[in-house]
Amino acid sequence: MAALTREETQALIQEVLEVYPEKARKDRAKHIMINDKTLESSKKCITSNRKSLPGVMTMRGCAYAGSKGVVWGPIKDVISISHGPIGCGQYSRAGRRNYYVGTTGVDTFSEMNFTSDFQEKDIVFGGDKKLAKLIEEIEMLFPLNKGITVQSECPIGLIGDDIEAVAKKMSAQIGKPVVPVRCEGFRGVSQSLGHHIANDSIRDWIISNRDGQAFEKTPYDVAILGDYNIGGDAWASRILLEEMGLRVVAQWSGDGTLAELENTPNVKLNLLHCYRSMNYIARHMEEKYGIPWIEYNFFGPTKIAESLRKIASFFDDRIKEGAERVIEKYTPVMNAVIAKYKPRLQGKKVMLYVGGLRPRHVVGAYEDLGMEVIGTGYEFAHNDDYDRTIKEMGDATLIYDDATGYELEEFVKALKPDLIGSGIKEKYVFHKMGVPFRQMHSWDYSGPYHGYDGFAIFARDMDMALNNPCWKMLTPPWLRQTDASELKKAA
Amino acid sequence: MANIMIRKGSEGYVFYMPKRDIEDPIVFLEFDSPEKWGGEIRLKNGGVYYIEPQPAPTRLPFSVRARRIDGVE
Repeated sequence: MAALTREETQALIQEVLEVYPEKARKDRAKHIMINDKTLESSKKCITSNRKSLPGVMTMRGCAYAGSKGVVWGPIKDVISISHGPIGCGQYSRAGRRNYYVGTTGVDTFSEMNFTSDFQEKDIVFGGDKKLAKLIEEIEMLFPLNKGITVQSECPIGLIGDDIEAVAKKMSAQIGKPVVPVRCEGFRGVSQSLGHHIANDSIRDWIISNRDGQAFEKTPYDVAILGDYNIGGDAWASRILLEEMGLRVVAQWSGDGTLAELENTPNVKLNLLHCYRSMNYIARHMEEKYGIPWIEYNFFGPTKIAESLRKIASFFDDRIKEGAERVIEKYTPVMNAVIAKYKPRLQGKKVMLYVGGLRPRHVVGAYEDLGMEVIGTGYEFAHNDDYDRTIKEMGDATLIYDDATGYELEEFVKALKPDLIGSGIKEKYVFHKMGVPFRQMHSWDYSGPYHGYDGFAIFARDMDMALNNPCWKMLTPPWLRQTDASELKKAA
Repeated sequence: MANIMIRKGSEGYVFYMPKRDIEDPIVFLEFDSPEKWGGEIRLKNGGVYYIEPQPAPTRLPFSVRARRIDGVE
């Protein structure tokens, strides 16, 4: 099916929204737009970062998910306590595959679940004493932890526990940072506020801890912000930066440590991959320490080369040469990957519905493989994300904000993409509809997808999903059209 | 009143309001001299804000409190 025109897309949106009650229809219509590359601001075309409608299936998470799951969780030598009932901690434990090096339970703790396991009596009498005891226990059982964070779950905010006071007291007692994070799930409309709260808590409790201390600087120090090392992403990015001559001081926060966080104010440049979840701290460091920050994109060879040159432009000729050398080194490898997979993927259409940076960042990687992204959307973006997305996407493509389960299904039925990239909640729905699918949150337990090494894996995975023989077997044998000659042969 | 951050972009000042995640170029700044800086600011998206006139900040980005006068949020 050829790509839709602007009018056809508009008609499709209208048709899909038809089933909603009038008020809901009006509201949802504001969240869906048809891309127009000439636009500079998304403001007039799309509304974002608003409360989801009651009654629809949203794919969003909560502030706790944004803080504990995304920003604080991957920091490996810090113990993040899920303060509140046990479920939030248990069901978010180790689900994001933030890889790290270390011995879990001895010097690293990301994959473990620490929780205060609130009971009825804690809700009635308050949980501050329990929290203090818990921190003491942690310090006794896991002495190699470098710090503790208290990630509040909903009830903590509702009953008004003073976790800040406990944190201050316990921090003095154990002599390590104890960070209270007020990321109760009911705050905000999505996980996005959780990112912001987590960034603010790093700003208030961590970032200035080593101000004035000696640090051996080089002119080539950088920090990777907003790379959560999903399936090893940050490592695949890091080796490219090191190969071009930069020194990566800190990884925020995949495979990162507290010491790296505290040393970040000494870097020359902050490299921001996930803009949505870490721009806050980048802006703070720019103001307080005068560190410039840039966004980069390590998905697909075209964007990687672009980003490497952009990063190098902040440094001297040595780094610029380094960037060219890295690009030159990997170009033949990448050309081989493209030569292998492009013929198998050429012209295929993709629809995305993810969060954070991927709805716009992976477009270039798909284009490198000759594929076309016909629809994209974010779970929890703000308008600045959509401003950036408009430029990446083709004209008259569909962009949806906080799409509901129903809308996604209808769009897929109408647009008939060859591949969908979204999360686990959508995966089996679309599998049952007979559409190839890749999870773009966790790379479907594969990865890394960042960097040159990641692109080879990305291309292979997309080919595996799309050209899997199982998609030809969807029609059951009794419904299959058999031709006459075969029947004759059987007779 | 809201906290905003003003930083230097590739073409002039850029306005950023963390609370609402509004980032937009400033097209008009009433006073822009070392002694007197601030006043009314107009954004590209149509927003109009007001900063109490003050000596210009020595370093950008600079956080300051601003009042919204007009325009969409």
